[in-house]
Amino acid sequence: MAGYNSSSARPSPRLDADNRAFWTGGEVGELRIHRCQDCQGYIHPPRPVCRHCLSDRVAPTVVAGTGVIDTFTVNYQKWFPAMDVPFVIARVALDGVPGVYLTTNIIGCEVDAVDIGDRVRVKFEQHGDVWLPLFEKI
Amino acid sequence: MAATLAPQAYITGVGQSEVGIKLTRHPLLLTVDAVREALGEAGLTIGQIDGVSTYPGRVAAMPGFSPVGADELVDALGIRATWYAGGGEITSQLGAVVAAVGAIRSGQARHVICFRTVYEAAAIARPDEYPVQRRDKTEGNSQWFSPFNALSAVTWTAQYAMRHVKKYGLTREQLAQIALTDRAHALLNPRALVREPLTIDQYLSARMISSPLCLYDCDRFTDASTVLIVSAGDALDEVSCTPIRIAAMAGTVERLSWDQAEWMACYATGKDLWKRTDYKPSDVDTAQLYDGFSFQALAWIESLGFCGVGEGGKFIEGGRRIALDGELPLNTFGGQLGAGRLHGFGFAHEAVTQLRGNGGARQIKGEPRVAVAASGGGPLATALLLTRD
Repeated sequence: MAGYNSSSARPSPRLDADNRAFWTGGEVGELRIHRCQDCQGYIHPPRPVCRHCLSDRVAPTVVAGTGVIDTFTVNYQKWFPAMDVPFVIARVALDGVPGVYLTTNIIGCEVDAVDIGDRVRVKFEQHGDVWLPLFEKI
Repeated sequence: MAATLAPQAYITGVGQSEVGIKLTRHPLLLTVDAVREALGEAGLTIGQIDGVSTYPGRVAAMPGFSPVGADELVDALGIRATWYAGGGEITSQLGAVVAAVGAIRSGQARHVICFRTVYEAAAIARPDEYPVQRRDKTEGNSQWFSPFNALSAVTWTAQYAMRHVKKYGLTREQLAQIALTDRAHALLNPRALVREPLTIDQYLSARMISSPLCLYDCDRFTDASTVLIVSAGDALDEVSCTPIRIAAMAGTVERLSWDQAEWMACYATGKDLWKRTDYKPSDVDTAQLYDGFSFQALAWIESLGFCGVGEGGKFIEGGRRIALDGELPLNTFGGQLGAGRLHGFGFAHEAVTQLRGNGGARQIKGEPRVAVAASGGGPLATALLLTRD
């Protein structure tokens, strides 16, 4: 597929107590975002405190895994030799998760087929011990 | 004890080293070159300096990005400092000046050297001397971008630019005016890195880096040092140059994230700046606005109220308004796209140069009294309002 780099050269996140739920949820098909158990606000990037009410009763929760492309860019620059270009980098606004965006790649279509407002669904891709939440158009 | 009025802060000496790529002169010596020029202009000696401020301090993991720390300069030049600071956790590059003003106004220092030294082109050319520390895993803020190969700030800035393209109809012809204006102004600046004209045809046929930003929308690694000396208002009898007052300052951190913030930080910063002064956007004689990527300058034009949000493309269309003889001369030294990636400090350096009438071939007409200098713009932003009283 033009424009999508699936090489193992992607930098991989180091797992820790804060980010493990997010990066490993894809193993069971779950997109997990931290949520405050007191005010129900969402917290991303995941941290052990709620940025809305300062509660520390926060926990990862499963969200819909669908969303809308808020904005995007088509990357043409080869930042390292093994990189396949062009590919789409997008910022996705998640359904039901107000105030949270994910930077991701839009896969499964030509780069010219992507636009702001397009509806997308998560598709996880395993890289070692993490599952990257990539998105494809619905 | 009677309350005393805190002294105003002024930029007195300004200095700059040679500007180039793959320079071999030691980065500390480039810094000293800029210090010497600034001291000479201000009529100060190193013994009168009692503070040092820099951005972002020495960064061991990226030696070219910031090869000289504040403490290193203090020690190397024998400065008897009563205050110093250097760090990246501040509202972008000119935050180092904001910090110095705090020290001045609270009486902790009287003359502070603020500097930004960059050595990225030289460091990449000489990796044995300037090794980059490679890590096998990504962590912290970069983990939310680099696994998706969003590896450069250009891919993050491009997404804000794309929103302007789709929502407000920003065209490539409009955006090109930032790069074209920068390069036209750089021709008149003997220290500019790129001293070749750029045509609209060259711009439109350039390769894309990250849409809608092409090659000419991006600055490139540069080796240089820029110095600004910030002095206390009650120490101006010690300087021989025309002091330029720092009339207002504003800064914002918008979640220190390129994807969780609805807006770039410059928008809040621009609004805040005008809350802290009686001056208005219409009083500004020249704007020196961060343009590491061209779109940042356009966003700053909107943020500072020179036009409405979304109207930046129309404002710069044709380039006449932002030309040397336009209503808002922009980046008269060439900006970072023309003069080199001086990383934020070049904008304040040029604002002072213009307000003093020292611009030479690129001096704007009339007697400019008010200038804005801005750095950053994405998740971090700083704006300074500078006046010749």
